[in-house]
Amino acid sequence: MDKPILEIKNLVVEYRTEDGVVQALNGLDLTISPGETHGLVGETGAGKTTTGLGILKLIPDPPGVVVDGEIYLDGKNVQESNEKEMEGMRGYDVSMIFQDPMTSLNPVMTVEKQIAEVYELHENIKEAEALKKSHEILELVGIPAARGSEYPHQFSGGMKQRVVIAIALAGNPKLLIADEPTTALDVTIQAQVLDMMKHLKEEYNTAMLMITHDLGIVAEICDKVSVIYAGRIVEQGNLVDIFDNTRHPYTEGLFNSLPNLADRTQKLKPIKGLMPDPSDLPTGCPFHPRCDYAMDICSKEKPPRVFRTEEHYTECHLYNEANIKEGGVIKRD
Amino acid sequence: MEAKKHKKKGPIVEVLQRLGRNKTAMVGLAIVIMLIVAAVTSPFFYDYDEVIIKQNIPERLQHPSKTYIFGTDDLGRQIFPRIIYGARVSLSVGFSAVAIAFIVGGFLGAVGGYYGGVIDNVIMRFMDIFLAIPGTLFAITIAAALGSNIRNLIIALAISSVPGFARIIRSSVITVRDVEYIEAARAIGAKDSRIVLNHVIPNALAPVIVHTTLNVASIILTIAGLSFLGLGVAPPTPEWGAMLSAGRTYIVGHSYMTAFPGFAIMITILALNLLGDGLRDALDPRLK
Repeated sequence: MDKPILEIKNLVVEYRTEDGVVQALNGLDLTISPGETHGLVGETGAGKTTTGLGILKLIPDPPGVVVDGEIYLDGKNVQESNEKEMEGMRGYDVSMIFQDPMTSLNPVMTVEKQIAEVYELHENIKEAEALKKSHEILELVGIPAARGSEYPHQFSGGMKQRVVIAIALAGNPKLLIADEPTTALDVTIQAQVLDMMKHLKEEYNTAMLMITHDLGIVAEICDKVSVIYAGRIVEQGNLVDIFDNTRHPYTEGLFNSLPNLADRTQKLKPIKGLMPDPSDLPTGCPFHPRCDYAMDICSKEKPPRVFRTEEHYTECHLYNEANIKEGGVIKRD
Repeated sequence: MEAKKHKKKGPIVEVLQRLGRNKTAMVGLAIVIMLIVAAVTSPFFYDYDEVIIKQNIPERLQHPSKTYIFGTDDLGRQIFPRIIYGARVSLSVGFSAVAIAFIVGGFLGAVGGYYGGVIDNVIMRFMDIFLAIPGTLFAITIAAALGSNIRNLIIALAISSVPGFARIIRSSVITVRDVEYIEAARAIGAKDSRIVLNHVIPNALAPVIVHTTLNVASIILTIAGLSFLGLGVAPPTPEWGAMLSAGRTYIVGHSYMTAFPGFAIMITILALNLLGDGLRDALDPRLK
């Protein structure tokens, strides 16, 4: 097996504010191999963006504190790297596509200059050459090079997101973190942008961490999926594992919250309740107050990790080594 | 074709276009430009030693006429050329004091706002100390301690303007600092210095530009006030406030001696304020 591009081991991140300690990540494990697209799925506040920022060592500090855990980016320990080393890695080894293209571009700088910045920072070349290269990558994401001398406000939302993607790809990173890249776009543009990302990813063989709450996007683009709840991965596996052999009740709940196109009259079945307050997480399994299958043990002990196959596991008291292979505990409507 | 039409229409051009549509601001701008041109070209028309400061007692206290457009003062000097030269003093002191305050205050404010925490606290509390001293009083102190000349005047006015700039730039840097494109710049590996220069300052500049214009006006007013009290520019250098002060004795019967310098001060301040207000409207994105 290839050496992983990204390896996160038992990452614990807290935001320490005056009002209390927010436990954003509680022992997150994640491994991404070269060329792999890994989906990180979960609700708002589950710790998805914190994971992305953690890889870049950009968690705002204060209040964010990495309490425990290790992050290896292409073999390099992120926690032990100093700021200068991180500056060399950001945009070059790893880059990030931000959620909202409307606010992630500098409004008073031309688009080509913003892309050229990446080349100037990492390739040590002159501005004219950097601009030329920025035109090439603009064409690659489907924007005429002539429009490079325009400002972001002259672009539509979809085109801005293409520019943001161009900036992220400019350094030819080994890992691309996409933080809900299509959330701010309307569905038709979403499809175009996703298609383009898929295409570019294959062309450059870039590994990608796709942060999203949209299972449709996961099905479209990802190879592997991690379902994150309250800062911990509750189920991880490949697409078939997660979609067809769903084990964790939370994952099941996410699927039930999607409209069924085959049966349009069917009512949605949302997960009851809200995400727990991350500064006051329930004891035991953090999902138990919302879980239909909750048992006594769920509120007392943290569930162990149970493997169905080598790469599909879940953390839930419903399963043990014996029954996880069969499924059957969860019934689909 | 479409690309061509949009080309080069950056935010700055857009702001200038909006400013151009604002008639009062354009009047202000025209007056300011006129004053600057007059101040810069005045030595070509009037000899400083012969016309501006040489006393001509036989011709003293002449009312405005064809020979003496604005009349002459109590020492027989023509008032019109002295007012034009006065613009030189007011504008050069005003602009250079503001320029110094802008650079110093801008640096302190940007550093405090960007880094926050202890650095910010130390800088801003230090600024608060200066803010507690009234500007005029501070200038009087400097003049008394170091002597009243133009250089000391500039220093005094610049120092008392620094806290205002530091505060405005700091607050505007704080709003820009947490915007996503700053985080995005950090995510491509940009250094702090680059982020501040390329991303933070250009976006934080709009409110500062307005403050700068209005600050020039208030500084010019302070200069006039100080000179009126005899603490600003020393005679015989022509200065509007000093001329006002000199005309005070003759205000009955020779009111033009005070009227014209007063009018010069008024029109300069008015023009700068009109321009400042126009810039504020032009830079306000909500009016787009």
